[in-house]
Amino acid sequence: MKAINRRQAFALGGGFVMLTLMPMAADAEVTNDAAKWIEKFTGGKAPAKGKISLDLPEIAENGNTVPLSISIESPMTADSYVKDVMILADGNPNAGVATLSFTPLSGKAEASIRIRLATTQNVVAIAKMSDGSLFTEQKTVKVTIGGCGG
Amino acid sequence: MADKPRIKLPKEAAKGEVIQIKTLVSHVMESGQRKDAQGKTVPRKIINKFACEFNGKPVFSCALEPAISANPYIQFDAKVDEAGTFKFSWTDDDGTVITAEEKVALKA
Repeated sequence: MKAINRRQAFALGGGFVMLTLMPMAADAEVTNDAAKWIEKFTGGKAPAKGKISLDLPEIAENGNTVPLSISIESPMTADSYVKDVMILADGNPNAGVATLSFTPLSGKAEASIRIRLATTQNVVAIAKMSDGSLFTEQKTVKVTIGGCGG
Repeated sequence: MADKPRIKLPKEAAKGEVIQIKTLVSHVMESGQRKDAQGKTVPRKIINKFACEFNGKPVFSCALEPAISANPYIQFDAKVDEAGTFKFSWTDDDGTVITAEEKVALKA
């Protein structure tokens, strides 16, 4: 077997660097005022995981219209229902996407909208129940073409 | 914005049934982030609020941000306990409100 020459060694090394960098690139960073939005919505309380199912494509080819569906487990009666759901995108120029307000008349805490995503990032949903408890869920969406013009 | 909003919902429902409502309204939803050919920022112009009422009682509403796609599509559910009218309204940044109404009857 031939010994590895200098050029091949470089190629190998480069490959390793790529491999180690890749997961970091996929881990989208918070680049906007998402924390402020969360603070305002939750009043500083930490939301628990669960109850929400957030449906988004894993890879969005066009960031201009990314379908988003959300459904939250709740009986939706006058005593116990989902009040507000805030949706945030932590890599957009502005973190806010939409705040959905349900009532017991909604019957189901489910909604679908289409959103814009500027780049690969996390979409966060926080639900506020009628008793004040909070739940959260997030999903990473890879965006190949950004949706904020430019 | 002369286009009529498109709304899809069943014409009649059983008492207590949860129906699905789909709405689509034509709107540019200008985000305020884009620049025109001269490099000037195109001013923001979006629908910032959508609301749905049934016989005067709120069913569903949402506050929208520039991160909502053009021609906003909103799908949600509503519980029908009585025959009545759904009223929909979309509020623009400039204050104009697009409204629509749909009637639902109870299944005999």
